[in-house]
Amino acid sequence: MGLFDDPDVLLHGIDELNKKSIPIYDVYTPMPIHGIDDKLGIKPSRLGFAAFMFGILGGTTIFSIVYYTLVHDWPMNIGGKPAFAVPDFIPATFEWTVLFTAFGMTITFFFATHLFPGRAPRVMELRATDDRFVIAIDAKGNVPHEDITNILREAGAVEIKHNDRKYVSYE
Amino acid sequence: MASHHEAIIREPLVTGENITYAKVTDDILKPVENMPNKAWWIGFTVASLGALLWVFAVSWTFWYGIGSWGLNKTVGWAWDITGFVWWVGIGHAGTLISAILLLFRQNWRNSINRSAEAMTIFAVICAASYIVCHMGRPWMAVYSLPLPNQYGSLWVNFNSPLIWDVFAISTYFSVSLLFWYTGLLPDLATIRDRASGIRRRIYSIASFGWTGSVKSWQRFETVCLILAGVSTPLVLSVHTIVSMDFATSLEPGWHTTIFPPYFVAGAIFSGFAMVQTLLLVVRKVLGLENYITMFHIESMNKIILVTGSIVGVAYLTEFFIAYYSGGEYEQYTFLNRFIGPYWWAGCMMYGCNVLMTQLMWFKKIRTNIAVSWVLSIVVNIGMWFERFVIIVISLHRDFIPSSWAMFYPTWIDVSIFIGSIGLFFTMFLLFIRVLPSIAMAEVKLLLKTSSEQAKKKLLAAGNLEPEQAEFYKESLTKFDSVELSEYKK
Repeated sequence: MGLFDDPDVLLHGIDELNKKSIPIYDVYTPMPIHGIDDKLGIKPSRLGFAAFMFGILGGTTIFSIVYYTLVHDWPMNIGGKPAFAVPDFIPATFEWTVLFTAFGMTITFFFATHLFPGRAPRVMELRATDDRFVIAIDAKGNVPHEDITNILREAGAVEIKHNDRKYVSYE
Repeated sequence: MASHHEAIIREPLVTGENITYAKVTDDILKPVENMPNKAWWIGFTVASLGALLWVFAVSWTFWYGIGSWGLNKTVGWAWDITGFVWWVGIGHAGTLISAILLLFRQNWRNSINRSAEAMTIFAVICAASYIVCHMGRPWMAVYSLPLPNQYGSLWVNFNSPLIWDVFAISTYFSVSLLFWYTGLLPDLATIRDRASGIRRRIYSIASFGWTGSVKSWQRFETVCLILAGVSTPLVLSVHTIVSMDFATSLEPGWHTTIFPPYFVAGAIFSGFAMVQTLLLVVRKVLGLENYITMFHIESMNKIILVTGSIVGVAYLTEFFIAYYSGGEYEQYTFLNRFIGPYWWAGCMMYGCNVLMTQLMWFKKIRTNIAVSWVLSIVVNIGMWFERFVIIVISLHRDFIPSSWAMFYPTWIDVSIFIGSIGLFFTMFLLFIRVLPSIAMAEVKLLLKTSSEQAKKKLLAAGNLEPEQAEFYKESLTKFDSVELSEYKK
């Protein structure tokens, strides 16, 4: 693992490793750093698509409920006005569109990223949520350990760690 | 990229010497990781006594019914709905800061969004408690949901703004909570990784196993952006729908089409005032002057000035339309605000909301902490009176003079209101004790571009327009957290 104390030096380190075709296991940062996802070849998130579908689902659901209750099951005569009063149905439809979008998308996010209450945190370096920007490289398969250490050091890593256990947080 | 250069003429968002990423974490977590200081204990004692009063007064209301309030046949809504609208309005600033300012890429939101969102949630809890209380039989609240029942089923009326309100407030509360908690995950993980023992276990459960890997950050940002995108129309819809509770009636003083934009502006106005009230104290007590700087205070004061002026224009429009419409009931309602028995409430409303906020045009006032704090309280009082004026003055004298009546609050009315403030502050004080009151990860983003240090490096490197450098140094003089002597040449 290479520990950096500056996001720009970290990006430089990733570039150096990429140049030498050394596969990076993952990168852990205390804040979102734009540009890493491109360098690591991570595709843009498809959560926007999920959000859109959940929004449509929410709107359709509540509109169907309103239609069934007020138009189909028990139409009321309110001053002779039509029972199927679409403008009046807009607020509830809108609210549930937002509600389903927000919850559907966020739950999808938690599911896809394996986040849920009580999940054991798989932390490789405790300071990665504080002030260290960490590049993790799988030691198995990447045999020339010395070379990788040197690449990281030359790229500006402040510390190089060789963890025997994958996750320190299990101790 | 993390390190593009920001123009020197922009004021720093993080001040102070030697602010590193680690120092940001240390400073912000100080109140969370240490025993609270005396100021916190005093505040918490007072606030929790208030919350106890709230529990007592609400229990009394549930036991004896809303007959224990000062309502009568003419004035059927008074302090309850006044309090409800006031609290919902206050909540709006949190969503505005966290969602709308995110969409507009206003970086200064980063250090105030967390506590503002928390404030939103607590304010909406207070507002919702008013709604449940004013039903009289709170267990009947279930009939506001479209559930099958033994009356036929007799469904809820989706043509009614009151049902829209149920949907709007419940969606608003749950989406705000979701947005706030999702944003908290990375910071909870920071606390977890620094803690040990039982604290570590608790924060471990609460942080959902967040590690800060690339993929989770990338998706996290997408989620935050989309949540901001849907929260923005949501927050506007909430107060629009609240205003429709009034605007769709035929009551003079309520039956106006200007209400939705006027209520939304008023909500943001009162919400920012409450954020200001809280943060001016928080930054002092928790020692966060370097993160919530004079720039933040002045920006919020500017928003208070703008929204206060919008509210002022709305007031003028209302008066003009009352005159221009030729409707005698409408005209009487607006005259009654000044010459009726509640003239003092009208004066509080117009005086506090329109006249007092105009003082914010002066930079000396905008950047004076004590005056800003007093003015923020004045705005809160003024906005409470605005709702009181709209609700009670309109109701107490409308069409038939024989039905005219006065409203006098009972001690239960007063206790519920004071108690709800106590409840709000109890929750807020607990929040700053156990959760980071500033979004650490987001402040760390600003460090390399918008901090005072980064700007200092730019100055030292030279290559700047001399006027711009001078302008920047001039802008620093208003800060109370900047060591000015270093900039004297």
